[in-house]
Amino acid sequence: MKNAFPFARHVMKLVGSRRSALERAHGRLVLLGAFFALAFILIAARLVDLTVIQGDAFRRDGGVEIGATLAESVDPLPRANIVDRNGVLLATSLETPSLFVDPALVRDPAALAAALVRALPDVSYGDMLQRLQRKGRFVWLSRNLTPAEQYAVLEIGSPALGFKTEYRRIYPQGDLAPHIVGYTDVDGRGLAGVERSFDNLLAAGEKTLELTLDVRVQHILRRELSAAARTFSATGGAGVVLDIETGELLAAVSWPDFDPHFPGTADRTALFNRLTLGVYELGSTFKIFSTAALLDTQRGSLGRQFDARAPLQVGRFTIADYHPEKRMLTVPEVFMVSSNIGAALMGEAVGTERLKAFYSDLGLFSPARLEIGEVGAPLIPSPWRDINTLTASYGHGIAVSPLQMVAAASSIVGGGTLVRPRLILGRGAEVCDPAPCAKTAVRVVSPETAHRMRQLLRLVVAQGTGKHADVPGYMVGGKTGTAEQPAAGGYSRRHLISSFVGFFPMDAPRYAVFIMLDGPHGTKESFGYATGGWVAAPAVGKVIAAMGALLGIAPENPARGDMAESLSQYVHVEGESGVHASE
Amino acid sequence: MTPLFSRTDNSVLSRWWWTVDRGLLAAVGALIVAGIFLVATASPPVAERVGLSPYHFIIRHLMFLGPALMILLGVSLLPPRWVWRLASLGLVASIFAMVLVLFVGTEIKGAQRWLPMPGFSLQPSEFMKPAFAVTAAWFLAFQKESPRFPGNKIAVGLFALVLGLLVLQPDFGMSVVTSAIFGVQLFLAGLPWIAVGGLVLLAALGGVGAYFGFAHVRSRVDRFLDPESGDNYQVDKAIDAFQNGGAFGTGPGQGSVKLSLPDAHADFIFAVAGEEMGLIAVMALTGLFAFIVLRGFSRAMDSSDLFIVLAVGGLLTMFGTQTLIHMGSSVHLLPAKGMTLPFISYGGSSLWAVSFGMGMVLALTRRQIRRGGITRGRR
Repeated sequence: MKNAFPFARHVMKLVGSRRSALERAHGRLVLLGAFFALAFILIAARLVDLTVIQGDAFRRDGGVEIGATLAESVDPLPRANIVDRNGVLLATSLETPSLFVDPALVRDPAALAAALVRALPDVSYGDMLQRLQRKGRFVWLSRNLTPAEQYAVLEIGSPALGFKTEYRRIYPQGDLAPHIVGYTDVDGRGLAGVERSFDNLLAAGEKTLELTLDVRVQHILRRELSAAARTFSATGGAGVVLDIETGELLAAVSWPDFDPHFPGTADRTALFNRLTLGVYELGSTFKIFSTAALLDTQRGSLGRQFDARAPLQVGRFTIADYHPEKRMLTVPEVFMVSSNIGAALMGEAVGTERLKAFYSDLGLFSPARLEIGEVGAPLIPSPWRDINTLTASYGHGIAVSPLQMVAAASSIVGGGTLVRPRLILGRGAEVCDPAPCAKTAVRVVSPETAHRMRQLLRLVVAQGTGKHADVPGYMVGGKTGTAEQPAAGGYSRRHLISSFVGFFPMDAPRYAVFIMLDGPHGTKESFGYATGGWVAAPAVGKVIAAMGALLGIAPENPARGDMAESLSQYVHVEGESGVHASE
Repeated sequence: MTPLFSRTDNSVLSRWWWTVDRGLLAAVGALIVAGIFLVATASPPVAERVGLSPYHFIIRHLMFLGPALMILLGVSLLPPRWVWRLASLGLVASIFAMVLVLFVGTEIKGAQRWLPMPGFSLQPSEFMKPAFAVTAAWFLAFQKESPRFPGNKIAVGLFALVLGLLVLQPDFGMSVVTSAIFGVQLFLAGLPWIAVGGLVLLAALGGVGAYFGFAHVRSRVDRFLDPESGDNYQVDKAIDAFQNGGAFGTGPGQGSVKLSLPDAHADFIFAVAGEEMGLIAVMALTGLFAFIVLRGFSRAMDSSDLFIVLAVGGLLTMFGTQTLIHMGSSVHLLPAKGMTLPFISYGGSSLWAVSFGMGMVLALTRRQIRRGGITRGRR
């Protein structure tokens, strides 16, 4: 640009302004660059945050799950199986799809609800409609669908619906042992039985739980118990098969029972475990304890006589026999004919303190120790007066769970050391050969007393009230029990608890078999009797006959002689009518 | 070994090689290569989902890439004067096409943006952006050159025209990018700070207006601010992808989130990169984009031509804004907005348009023989 140029000043100004505009543009470009640099740094920082900081936690939680979009990403381990002693499945977990909805994705709740009602058999339109419109991003619609149901839901094709794999608890044996095995809720939490008491262990899903039950024996017991209950129109019943040597429960039944898949629809009385949770006044089976106490305290020999000629008056109470003998009775006779008067006198002879201590030693005063939570606490007279000693001697005024009674009786019969019933199969150190090592070392009666008691129990079956329980060759022993149940204003003559506890083979007792019926009614075949000898003893006999063969116990030659015969010197039977087949 | 281009060789190609910003060129090349890999890994699930061959998008991407490279290199050969001539022609053509789109366009996902062509669809607004950036830059710069020329007014008028056309489609994302381009250019051209503040205010008002005026904008923003209020499926998935990828990624082809992302090959390809390549690779990718923007700016700093400063500033703002919106959507720093990642995402129109834009950046940032001013038009 030359100064001579006519518009020099103008051009200079122009150039100047251009220059300053350029400089300003450069300056502002730096600002712009700084802005972009900052923005990219922000992105980079967010990337570090997402991938490394949040990413670690994300991957720890299980990472990406293809298909399941909104559900929690961690799959639960399937709940562990429960099996019987032979490995037969009692409870297992099946993988099933469960349906949920993301309500935010639902466009037409009414149409979707209608489609769901068509696809799923057990949902209602109103319930679905309400769930589809809930707040939040995850609402369960239906759990544990069948493949056919899942297919029907997939057919709907709504993007709002999703499936999550869950495990449904299946009990292949159905209602065989629901009170022992228990059941779970829809989320797989144990609610009853072993399912509840071993909930954490089972939920961990690592180890199969082995029970002592033997489904074959369980089936036999349940069959005979329910048959007897139906025959005699009982309202309920309980039964147990106990291995006296080891304390293992081979079978444990409470009747009526229920389908553990649908505990919610079951009757309240069916859910109730009568064997371990229910406590009852069991009646004459308690004479095992009072007689053993008498024999063990050496206060009398078998020949000692008790006056059963007239009912016993104690204060305002009268103790009478069901079928009065109206004579002096020896100990075996008292036991055999199940004389309440005689038993009460025996208890008196033992003495209150001794009898209480003995009952306590047998574990009758505290809840049984068992691996399930459904264990009933016994009802003990409080305060314990002398009259209680008399009644407790023949099983009245004291209520215990049937299992407790069977375990206590087994402790005496098994040789005098305490038997602790158990449900979980021991492994490792506990298993030894020969088996008796599983017995506890807590002695309750002497071996001599145990032997006497075996003879007495055999006598009951051979000649007394328990004849119907006899199985040729298995030398069954046992004791009947029939107890009137407490009702408003006293005891009801009509509501009985009739039971029989049997042991076999009596020369070396291995198994205790017990059946109890609640509220049985006599039939024509039982001549109207609803007593333990008529309703429970035959059922026990059938169980023993079936399980003896099943467990491979060889029958003995009946001609070998009966161990009860040595007691014959004490038993004065006046013809066949001398022993009533009832107590 | 003789070099490909000798210093003394005075051919067009040789001159280009010695004057073009080879750093910028290398960065763009790296992006293109990364794009091929990412489309190859991200698109098969998408293709299978819509019932096409798994290789459908990969093959088409490669097919689009040929013309794209020709556009990129061809445009970068042009001298600045030809750049703005091409841009203004392109602007006229794309405005014409955008008007046409309103009448004969294909409606895809609720917006009329596409012009059906044999074999593919063309999105004219993609080409409008770089063309507009250069044309507006020229008018703004020319106003400074000769104050009596109403360059500013023409530029504002052009802006109003294209913005109107974009809103009619409607295309909120493009409107934002175009506004950003023009706003930056006004800013660089020396708009007083008060007016800059006013513009920012105006942009905010425009955003608020769009929020209340367009239901889909409102729902997107609502879902960004309150994720519980609606479906954030894509963004949730994208975040899953980054978290799953971690520092080193799941490995090429090993990602799982792309299986459930509908736009894995386009609007969410950054998330796929995050999952499969991991933090280190996405950081490198982010660095490449940042490098291109800042490198371009620094080259523009060397230029004494206001037109070049404005044009490069506008073009790189377009490039950078698109990148930031894409990345910001993927990492949930911004409301979800479908925006392709330049050179990486699948998509013919966007690839070609971005090549056109970057070609112009390369052309304008070539080392110039200082002359008085190319922008003064005919001489």
